[in-house]
Amino acid sequence: MSKEEDKKVNLDADAPPGIEGPGFFATRIDKVVGMARANSLWPLPFATSCCGIEFMATMASTYDLGRFGAERLSFSPRQADLLMVMGTISKKMGPVLRQVYEQMAEPKWVLSMGACASSGGVFDTYSVLQGIDRIIPVDVYIPGCPPRPEQVLDGIMQIQKLVESESIRRRDTPEYKALLAKYNIE
Amino acid sequence: MENTLLTTVGDKLKAKFGDAIISAEQHYDFPVYVIRRDAIYAVLQFLKEDEELAFTFLTTMCGLHYPDNKGQELGVMYQLHNLPKNLRIRLKTFFPVSDPTLPTITTLFPTANWMERQEFDFYGIIFKGHPNLKRILNMDEMTYHPMRKEYPLEDGTREDKDDKMFGR
Repeated sequence: MSKEEDKKVNLDADAPPGIEGPGFFATRIDKVVGMARANSLWPLPFATSCCGIEFMATMASTYDLGRFGAERLSFSPRQADLLMVMGTISKKMGPVLRQVYEQMAEPKWVLSMGACASSGGVFDTYSVLQGIDRIIPVDVYIPGCPPRPEQVLDGIMQIQKLVESESIRRRDTPEYKALLAKYNIE
Repeated sequence: MENTLLTTVGDKLKAKFGDAIISAEQHYDFPVYVIRRDAIYAVLQFLKEDEELAFTFLTTMCGLHYPDNKGQELGVMYQLHNLPKNLRIRLKTFFPVSDPTLPTITTLFPTANWMERQEFDFYGIIFKGHPNLKRILNMDEMTYHPMRKEYPLEDGTREDKDDKMFGR
């Protein structure tokens, strides 16, 4: 592991430091909560285009997203914690996406899959929103058109590392509040 | 066999609406007629209701904008189909951009309801008598009609594209 990687997301996390004994393992609560959240993400597949089909392939048996704990997809934002935006979002769809994001309860993360969701993709035109980060904050971007399932899994793993290493009350931190204020949310 | 049926269509149209037909040509296996705007409803009604012609199926319609034809910039194209005899016919009508109105054909063909809304959305063609003429595919707050050939194709709010890299 090089020194630069230590500053960014650590993709090879080990067990958290703690006290081990026969039949128990004691560690900090935020490590446990982080591990629990990361390994049981409930994604909301906001699939609009081709990336949605590629996501279906990722959920299927060859590339199985369920191995990472994301077995239970939910189409209700109230019960999901990871919003995966997959596909072209038109300007007419923008307010809908924003409403779905606002309906999700904290803690929540956003994954933008594919070129269209990240930046408008090939569709540089009057009707396509040039990237969902114009309306909602995004945690991880997966480039590709469409990205291979392996890349999607890599993106999910990065989300998992983010989830593990963030503070458990991220919603109260000033940076997060400033970020949401920038998008005029709440 | 088809040729005689098509010539029947052409003859009947010319007999009834001779002066309203501006031009007639043959594309592939169907004729294309350009009709004057004020007669287009009557022509469509005749084509639909005549027992021998019976073009009862509106396959599609679309808007046209040729900015170089001064005075006849906007247009509408109707494609009709005679299902039992498998005949197609295409009708076009043109009108100036300063007066973009046309009678609606939703009373003849209910399919035209959404098609005319799309043409209103993208070309600004106003259909008189349409039951619900509002935008269908674009955002309701959009103030312009995108498919008119007056605007650049790219998103005007783009901030992240470097003109040098895109050859501009």
